[in-house]
Amino acid sequence: MDQKIRVLVAKPGLDGHDRGAKIVARALRDAGMEVVYTGLHQTAEMIVETAIQEDVNVIGLSLLSGAHMTLFKDVTKLLKEKGLDDVIVIGGGIIPEEDVSDLKKAGVCGVFGPGTHCDDIVEFIRKKVKK
Amino acid sequence: MNDIATKVLNGDQRSIAKLITLAENGSPQAAIEMKKIHSKTGKAYVIGITGVMGSGKSTLIYELTKEYRQKGLKVGIIAIDPTSPFSGGALLGDRIRMMDLATDNGVFIRSMGTRGMLGGLASAVYDVVEILDASGKDIILVETVGVGQAEVDVIKIADTTLVVLVPGLGDSIQTIKAGIMEIADIYIVNKADRSGVEQAVAELQSLIDISCSGKDRKTPVLTTIAKENKGIVELRKEIENHERYLKKSKMFDVKRRKRYESELVEIIRKRLMNFIFDESTFKEKVERLIDQISKKEVDPYTAADEILGKILK
Repeated sequence: MDQKIRVLVAKPGLDGHDRGAKIVARALRDAGMEVVYTGLHQTAEMIVETAIQEDVNVIGLSLLSGAHMTLFKDVTKLLKEKGLDDVIVIGGGIIPEEDVSDLKKAGVCGVFGPGTHCDDIVEFIRKKVKK
Repeated sequence: MNDIATKVLNGDQRSIAKLITLAENGSPQAAIEMKKIHSKTGKAYVIGITGVMGSGKSTLIYELTKEYRQKGLKVGIIAIDPTSPFSGGALLGDRIRMMDLATDNGVFIRSMGTRGMLGGLASAVYDVVEILDASGKDIILVETVGVGQAEVDVIKIADTTLVVLVPGLGDSIQTIKAGIMEIADIYIVNKADRSGVEQAVAELQSLIDISCSGKDRKTPVLTTIAKENKGIVELRKEIENHERYLKKSKMFDVKRRKRYESELVEIIRKRLMNFIFDESTFKEKVERLIDQISKKEVDPYTAADEILGKILK
């Protein structure tokens, strides 16, 4: 059995800054994961439907526009509605410290801001997927 | 019966996705489920799309899928990208061009890494075609990795193979005619708004004049501008023409038989490789033999005899 960790990297909403997401996607690829990269301007429905079809273990959301409290939560809410309880959601971008605990409550289990080392994200995903 | 196979046959998206994952991972459960669905397959028409990287394969697939959806047909898409031979990871980015299709429940898109397979396909692609077929898709589009010259495996699985080129390859059309230039059922010169399109078409035509002389079907050459949805209706019609031709000339059955032959060989190859390289009792022996080959104590042929002898006796 050759199980690979599959990760969906998506940018929800209206935000054109995809450099960070691409760097993370590449780091995950180099860590031996299969990364489905969907690019910009995704709706929660697109992201969740893609996660279903691609059968990913992890969804990585990136947002720098400030709308994370709405858009990240839209995704976790829809995941719950669809019964995808086993999919791990992590987020990155410009996320103020005071929002983190609220996001975690909503189901975003890891939040990675500027300055995060890519290895930490890889390590976090590996640990979470193993559980 | 509430097993995965039954749910796949009912078109349940999550079960389709789960069974594909099991097949990709070579899980024993995949074999059990695959056995249940085979008798329900064979209805879907399989179209392979290959061509150099950046030629617009994904965008063509997106436009072609919209065309089929307008006709009320259900479409499965398999988009293959290369797996890194170094990390084993992959960046699967074909979906970027198709995101509008994500929420259409008449479309199922799966991205796959090649996971060590050469030839432009992924090892589990035969399984995925069967799964999508069993789930009720009318059309299955298989996008190969961006190819160079010799990745021609797509013809083993496709009923119709499209080779996508772009203007400006110029002389390289000549140089690549030994590999992918032999496998097209339809040539597409995409990005036809660029300069050099007449030259590209003319070079293809002269190639076809030679390669198809004396044959009852001449490979058609179409020009498209996928990004602007130009030439897509004509492409769909040309694919239908080819399907009719195959069915009339009995070539269709020959192609399907070839596909099953390739699938069978692939299953046997995978099982044999797993048996030799993954099973713990064998693994030590293989490792020892490789050590001995490095030290010139044994040659590779004798080592192969020793491994295969254990299986074949």
